[in-house]
Amino acid sequence: MSVTTDEWVKVAEVAQVPPLTGRVIRTENGEIALFHAGDGQFYAIDNSCPHKGGPLSEGIVHDCHVTCPLHNWVLNLKTGEAEAPDEGKVATYEVKVDGGAVYLKLGGA
Amino acid sequence: MNVHTKPDRERLVVIGNGMAGARAVEEILKLDPARYAITVIGEEPYGNYNRILLSPVLAGESTIDDIMLNTPEWYEENGIELISGVRASAIDRAGRAVELADGRRVPYDRLIIATGSRPFILPVPGNDLDGVIGFRDIADVDTMLEAAEKYRHAVVIGGGLLGLEAANGLMKNGMDVTVVHLMDTLMERQLDREAGEMLRRSLEERGMKFVMPAKTAEIVGDGNGRVRAVRLEDGAEIPAELVVMTAGIVPNKEIAEEAGLYCERGIVVNDYLMTYDPRIYAVGECVQHRGVCYGLVAPLYEQARVLANHLAGRGWMTYEGSVTSTKLKVTGIDVFSAGNFLGGDGADELVLKDEKGGVYKKLVIENDRLTGAVLYGDTVDGTWYFQLIREGSDVSEIRGRLLFGQAHLGDSGHGEDSVANLPDDAEICGCNGVCKGEIVAAIKEQGLFTLEDVRKVTKASASCGSCTGLVEQLLASTLGGDYSAAPSEKPLCGCTDYTHDQVRQAIVENGLKSIPEVMKFLEWRTPNGCATCRPALNYYLLCAWPGEYEDDLRSRFINERAHGNIQKDGTYSVVPRMWGGVTTPDELRAIAEVAEKYGAREVKVTGGQRIDLFGIRKEDLPNIWRDLNAAGMVSGHAYGKALRTVKTCVGSEWCRFGTQDSTGLGIRLEKLTWGSWMPHKFKMGVSGCPRNCAEATIKDFGVVCVDSGYELHVGGNGGIKVRVTDLIAKVGTEEEVLEWAGAFIQLYRETAHYLERTAPWIERKGLSWVKEQLEDAENRKALFERFRFSQQFAQRDPWAEMPERHEDEFKPLVELV
Repeated sequence: MSVTTDEWVKVAEVAQVPPLTGRVIRTENGEIALFHAGDGQFYAIDNSCPHKGGPLSEGIVHDCHVTCPLHNWVLNLKTGEAEAPDEGKVATYEVKVDGGAVYLKLGGA
Repeated sequence: MNVHTKPDRERLVVIGNGMAGARAVEEILKLDPARYAITVIGEEPYGNYNRILLSPVLAGESTIDDIMLNTPEWYEENGIELISGVRASAIDRAGRAVELADGRRVPYDRLIIATGSRPFILPVPGNDLDGVIGFRDIADVDTMLEAAEKYRHAVVIGGGLLGLEAANGLMKNGMDVTVVHLMDTLMERQLDREAGEMLRRSLEERGMKFVMPAKTAEIVGDGNGRVRAVRLEDGAEIPAELVVMTAGIVPNKEIAEEAGLYCERGIVVNDYLMTYDPRIYAVGECVQHRGVCYGLVAPLYEQARVLANHLAGRGWMTYEGSVTSTKLKVTGIDVFSAGNFLGGDGADELVLKDEKGGVYKKLVIENDRLTGAVLYGDTVDGTWYFQLIREGSDVSEIRGRLLFGQAHLGDSGHGEDSVANLPDDAEICGCNGVCKGEIVAAIKEQGLFTLEDVRKVTKASASCGSCTGLVEQLLASTLGGDYSAAPSEKPLCGCTDYTHDQVRQAIVENGLKSIPEVMKFLEWRTPNGCATCRPALNYYLLCAWPGEYEDDLRSRFINERAHGNIQKDGTYSVVPRMWGGVTTPDELRAIAEVAEKYGAREVKVTGGQRIDLFGIRKEDLPNIWRDLNAAGMVSGHAYGKALRTVKTCVGSEWCRFGTQDSTGLGIRLEKLTWGSWMPHKFKMGVSGCPRNCAEATIKDFGVVCVDSGYELHVGGNGGIKVRVTDLIAKVGTEEEVLEWAGAFIQLYRETAHYLERTAPWIERKGLSWVKEQLEDAENRKALFERFRFSQQFAQRDPWAEMPERHEDEFKPLVELV
């Protein structure tokens, strides 16, 4: 499936991503991690930790944060920013939930 | 006139902006930042600074800026009203307001008195002359520095910790310094006679003079209102243009006393730091708790934590007094003391004395527990001894080596001999690449006090934790001995104040059966914890309620969800179980086939006698498991906090030296224990004779076969610092080996902290305690039964179960290409 950057693309059924878990979406430009966060919302960020490229989708999700499985950096799912004292940022993507499905806009948020 | 406060919240007013007051406020903000409208009244015209570091400032080793803790901006950012440069003159308890010297009134709902203490000024004639001061604040340091420029002679009255630091600082500024001390031992409240003597000689070599024992009779003036000399009771006169009185401190209790609050030496408080007026609390050096007034920083921090816990409405912490330690902050002289260092009835003393080498160590042991320590010259192990004292660890098993320090124990962490002697570029934390220099700079520049602070800012010891001891040593050597040593009982993580043990206890006693239930019951600060507490809680629940608690995969590290080790490129490694390290041509063929089929990029034999396939993609995991299952193999749990491997030698079946069937026993042990989740990884080994080819004496549980039976060894590891096992028992049959192994594992499972390996666990609990638990046959059997019960539910091959329930999760949701 080919997509342009500003259209909403269905990426999952809500039930596929239970609360406090993450999953991977593969794209032409690399992987995106989709999370069902502690606040009930869905968030999407690049699936590569700014530290050493760890797969964030595999991290433990707590509140609106994920802890990278490789070296425990904590990233804010809303902003994509690393929690202090670490410094770094990953791209975030717009996500919406509609009729039990999760949609993603590849253009970035 | 009333100072404005926000009316919608309770008004909390703090009198005193010293270390205790500010720390109490910080602790309250941590727990419940919105609860109070806070006003801090500080007499000094500064923000808040680290008073214990005034000595280095005087000695020219740091500056005032270095020791500032909270700037005025900090108060603003946290919505705290800071009234500085004004003295609180009275407390109107009936009207519930603090009266200020400039006539203002500050109303309160709750009040904290943190007025600290002041130097005790000897009641002798001339004590009010110019040039006679205490050593308490920045103004005193300024006075001393000025005097050092203009004058030559200084007398310090009082040869305690503070006096010697002041004397050293003045000497460094070029003054000729004499210390007049009432007793015949320096620092007699911290040192015994031997250490005091050595200290005196070493300071004398540096040029410090001592007159002791001697009592001051009069301070003599020069006729123009300035001090000229100190006259002793025997009539001798010592020239002095500067006199620093460091003969003790007096709690500043007057404001409380005048308000009718009950005071003795200090303001009397209960275990919640509450005074006789339930709206008024007191904390720090102005306080008298269970008859004791403290003059060190560590107790004051402990008090601040308890007070904050109470004021934030938690109410479960109590302050029961502090065991204190001190360290002299005189560069080049290392003195450390803690606890009951004098010994006495029923106490044993261990003493090491090397006069020429300048080393003296005395340890006091009562009822198999370390209760006091005095160290001179070599204080590297001060932190460790202090920890043993506070934790009340049983030291009977290590008594013979105790004096030589932790490095000689084969401890479970790094065993660097002296972190203070390391160069700045020495790497302390190997996981995160943090050097000594970075840590020391962070401690100094950012005012860090605790291990947690250092972890947060530098990441040192934040990963595997094996350098924790080194970081603690750096904290101690950088801040001086009275740094806020991490409390002996540390909170599980930043989400709670409860310790590992308290959480475990609450789970069992209150029948808490899920992570949200635990968090609710124990009032977690975060909605769903963090990556530190969730895996710990999941394990504790799993251990407490076998068969009942449903494992929460979302609270497990990825390795335990994907049943493989995640590698740095995001692929996984796969290790099939090989019972006792024994395999067959069929198994090897099946492994070779899957290695080719799924493109394993490397095939390696592990230290635990298994075969590791590297570079497997996540979505291939369920398929490779199916193929290995089909060939009769199950997960090797090489990735988990679980039973890993049982390593064996060939034993009596083949080896001409073998005394027993070590391979067969290893397989039986592995069949008994595989699948069990543990606080940390757990490895076993069985050697067929004392040549010990299976390296059983560096395993968590090791068996060494001998002609007459089996020696059982526990608590070893081959990690960053090798720890050799302790022999715990000798038994005659394989059945007994299995029972001891199961019981030992269960004891470890039930009492260790999550991510604590058996080596530090045994050092914490004491080998004799572990022995006692297991030697009691009834208790051993009960432990073994509990282990077997739990194994009923644990011995399921995750490789067979996971794909059925979760196969979808191993693949990407969608591929947008």
